Amino acid sequence: MTGVPLSWYLILSAVLFSLGVAGFLIRRNIITVFMSIELMLNAVNLSFVAFSYQLRQVNGHLFTFFVMVVAAAEAAVGLAIILAVFRNRGTLQIDEIDSMKN
Amino acid sequence: MDLVLFLTFAVVAVGCAINLVLQRHPISAAISLIGVMASLAVLYLLLGAEFIAAVQVIVYAGAIMVLFVFVIMLLNAEAEGKTGRSLVARYVGLPSLFLFLSLLGFLIHALYPSSERTTFGGFTGGTAENVGRLLFTDYLLPFEVTSILILVAILGAVILARKEAD
Repeated sequence: MTGVPLSWYLILSAVLFSLGVAGFLIRRNIITVFMSIELMLNAVNLSFVAFSYQLRQVNGHLFTFFVMVVAAAEAAVGLAIILAVFRNRGTLQIDEIDSMKN
Repeated sequence: MDLVLFLTFAVVAVGCAINLVLQRHPISAAISLIGVMASLAVLYLLLGAEFIAAVQVIVYAGAIMVLFVFVIMLLNAEAEGKTGRSLVARYVGLPSLFLFLSLLGFLIHALYPSSERTTFGGFTGGTAENVGRLLFTDYLLPFEVTSILILVAILGAVILARKEAD
């Protein structure tokens, strides 16, 4: 019997999402934290496409497409913010950027 | 054949994702993320989403990651320093991650029994023609809103990244 159970795609998506959350929490470099967010978005896209297969509808692909567009916009703005932060602070370590503390 | 391809690229994706989380240097993390995205593109192809697979390679692995690598190079980002990890993170974080994942796996298996199997070619609706037709009929308004979003993002990025002219 060939073929992959649908649930395996969903589990892979969950594993990738959890790894993204873990990276978001344990990394200290602001760029790596940002890349972890991209990993989470990718994991969600995989489950959209898997459900799209199961329901035999293209709508899931459209949502994946919109997620990609929003991710591109987010990457552009986010990296510009990172540039501005680095220019003002001279560091990329998130625990050194703490002027909103106390 | 489907199973072999799925397992190969799923292992590559998870391995690259683990490498992303564990690497200290941002450029190694970026390379791992490109690996994740490329193997996800193969999985999209297996699920019959050929347009999305192409866009994944062109937009994600291409444009967005070039932007990331460019910023890493521009800022001369170096490996992050070691910080004192809390004991809670070490002794509670990892077990709770495994607990969460096994709970989720159990739930997914209970909700979606493995009777439904996906095969390559079982769904061929993801061509550029079908996606484009739906994009310009049912999803026309979201599509136009996205174009405004992109415009705002470009303007915002230019204004944020510009040097302050005092």
